[in-house]
Amino acid sequence: MPVRNALDALTMRPTRFLTSSWPWRSLAYLTGGAMIGFATIVATVLLLAAGAVLSVVVVGIAGYLATVLSGVAVGRLERWRMRLVDREELPDPHRAPAAPGLRPWLMCRLREQATWRELGYTMISALVLCWMDAVVVGAAVFAPTTVLFGPFYNREDSLWLTVPLALSTPAILAVAAYPVTAWAGARAAMARALLAPRSDDSDAKLVELSRSRARLVDAFEVERRRIERDLHDGAQQRLVALSMQLGLARLELAAGSPAAVQVTAAQQLAKETLAELRELIRGVHPKVLTDRGLAAAVGDAAGHAPVPVDLDLRLDGRLPDAVEVAAYFVVVEALANVAKHSAATRAAVTAGVRGGRLHLDIRDDGRGGADPERGTGLTGLADRVAAVDGTVALSSPPGGPTLLHVEIPCGS
Amino acid sequence: MRVVIAEDGVIVREGIAGMLRHFGHEVVAAVADAPALLAAVAEHRPDVVVTDVRMPPGFSDEGLQAAIALRAADPDLPVLVLSQYVEQTYAAELLDSGHTAGVGYLLKDRIGEVAEFVDALVRVAAGRTVVDPEVVRQLLGRRRDPLGRLTPREREVLALMAEGRSNTAIARTLVVSEAAVAKHIGSLLAKLDLPPDVDDHRRVRAVLAFLRG
Repeated sequence: MPVRNALDALTMRPTRFLTSSWPWRSLAYLTGGAMIGFATIVATVLLLAAGAVLSVVVVGIAGYLATVLSGVAVGRLERWRMRLVDREELPDPHRAPAAPGLRPWLMCRLREQATWRELGYTMISALVLCWMDAVVVGAAVFAPTTVLFGPFYNREDSLWLTVPLALSTPAILAVAAYPVTAWAGARAAMARALLAPRSDDSDAKLVELSRSRARLVDAFEVERRRIERDLHDGAQQRLVALSMQLGLARLELAAGSPAAVQVTAAQQLAKETLAELRELIRGVHPKVLTDRGLAAAVGDAAGHAPVPVDLDLRLDGRLPDAVEVAAYFVVVEALANVAKHSAATRAAVTAGVRGGRLHLDIRDDGRGGADPERGTGLTGLADRVAAVDGTVALSSPPGGPTLLHVEIPCGS
Repeated sequence: MRVVIAEDGVIVREGIAGMLRHFGHEVVAAVADAPALLAAVAEHRPDVVVTDVRMPPGFSDEGLQAAIALRAADPDLPVLVLSQYVEQTYAAELLDSGHTAGVGYLLKDRIGEVAEFVDALVRVAAGRTVVDPEVVRQLLGRRRDPLGRLTPREREVLALMAEGRSNTAIARTLVVSEAAVAKHIGSLLAKLDLPPDVDDHRRVRAVLAFLRG
């Protein structure tokens, strides 16, 4: 088993443990701990005193503030120092301030739980831990030293006792290495528990994660628009021109002649290709969504659906791009599912914004029994909604009706 | 017929111009963006304008906005708008922008049917309304109760009416007599509570207004 920290080191074979650097590192760690603890006591007392004296003046607040924030400094030092007895590096639990400068930094730190945990650690360290460090280090250094120099200063006991004792110093050192390393390991574990990032701190990471996810969604959307535009300016224009050229050629040919029949067939192919391309482009990114917003785009999507669709869209103004795109594709996908699987004779889409969330309902009078486990339509739809922090609820009992309810936060 | 064309794709622009000349019309200007379109119309006072929806600089709906502005400035100017995507939203905005002059909204693909396309342009120039069958299909696809009372034949006739076809053209398309078409029209207008209007132009407006709800 690889040795990762001081506690692991205790399980090594004694010969290897005693010749390793772990006991010495533990000793250094504890000595440092004691020194930092005492320094903290002095600094805290001074800062508090300064705060109390100066609190008549507003500047005094700074003294209290510095006391609170002393934990941040101690925490940072501890995390760095811990590498002496723990190979696993301890990540910084703090998040980066939103803006540069002292004020944003202060606001950020004071709002974080990690800051207060560090303050707690600093207090425990100053009140309890550093004293215990001092006792352990003191005992570990004092006992062997006393024994080793016994023959020189101990006049009361005979040399018959002191010399053999002095010769046993290595054995005492070997024994002392164990409690020193054990305490160092335990203390580091305690420090780790208090100073490591917690899931609450990781809110910051989650926010960052969903931001990066949102960026990814945006990037996809930008890419889709680019593809739409490329297809529109390129292939679509050329196909229209081709179809037109064929139409002009047809004018020159006698109706019913073999050449005219061939040209007509070619033109029909061009027309079909254009129609397919148009559907493809609509699937990539509907122009009307960018130009006119969700209500117009959903209206047009309903117009394209094979099943008649009732619309009740209460959407004033535009929603954020990502929300509109997600909602639009949800409606398109849901209406496609209605047409493909439900055997419905009619469908209805209602949409409205309530409490900063877009509520979207797609229902049909079909046979129900829609199952997210089967087919990728529903799960793909849920993925799309999840990417903008929305939720999807599906009710589809066998025999119908099916109701798909989608909510997406839209921050308005 | 004096025509101004606005279309940013050079092959399509020159193609439309060539095709119109082939049918004996005069292309007084062929431009590539909306500001140039407005300038060309002011300069040449054409009989009809053909414009693409999406053009530089924004590649959004500049052509449509220019068409609406032209109709607002000159209610007698007929405009035919071509679009790669036929969406009800755009059609509605165009149709609502004026009520006197001819107006048309067609899928760009229709250019390929050269004779039909030129015919549609002539009808627009003559003050008629021309709506792409795809838009009509979308409008008919919306569930509206009175439509359920129409016979399949009446629905066909209604769709062709909404596209802006005359009785004669409807009769030719469905291969029936004009008298039969007139009978279907009378019947479906009654079922939809629309006034029996002889004027093709007002009738198509009424039908479109009904379909759009």
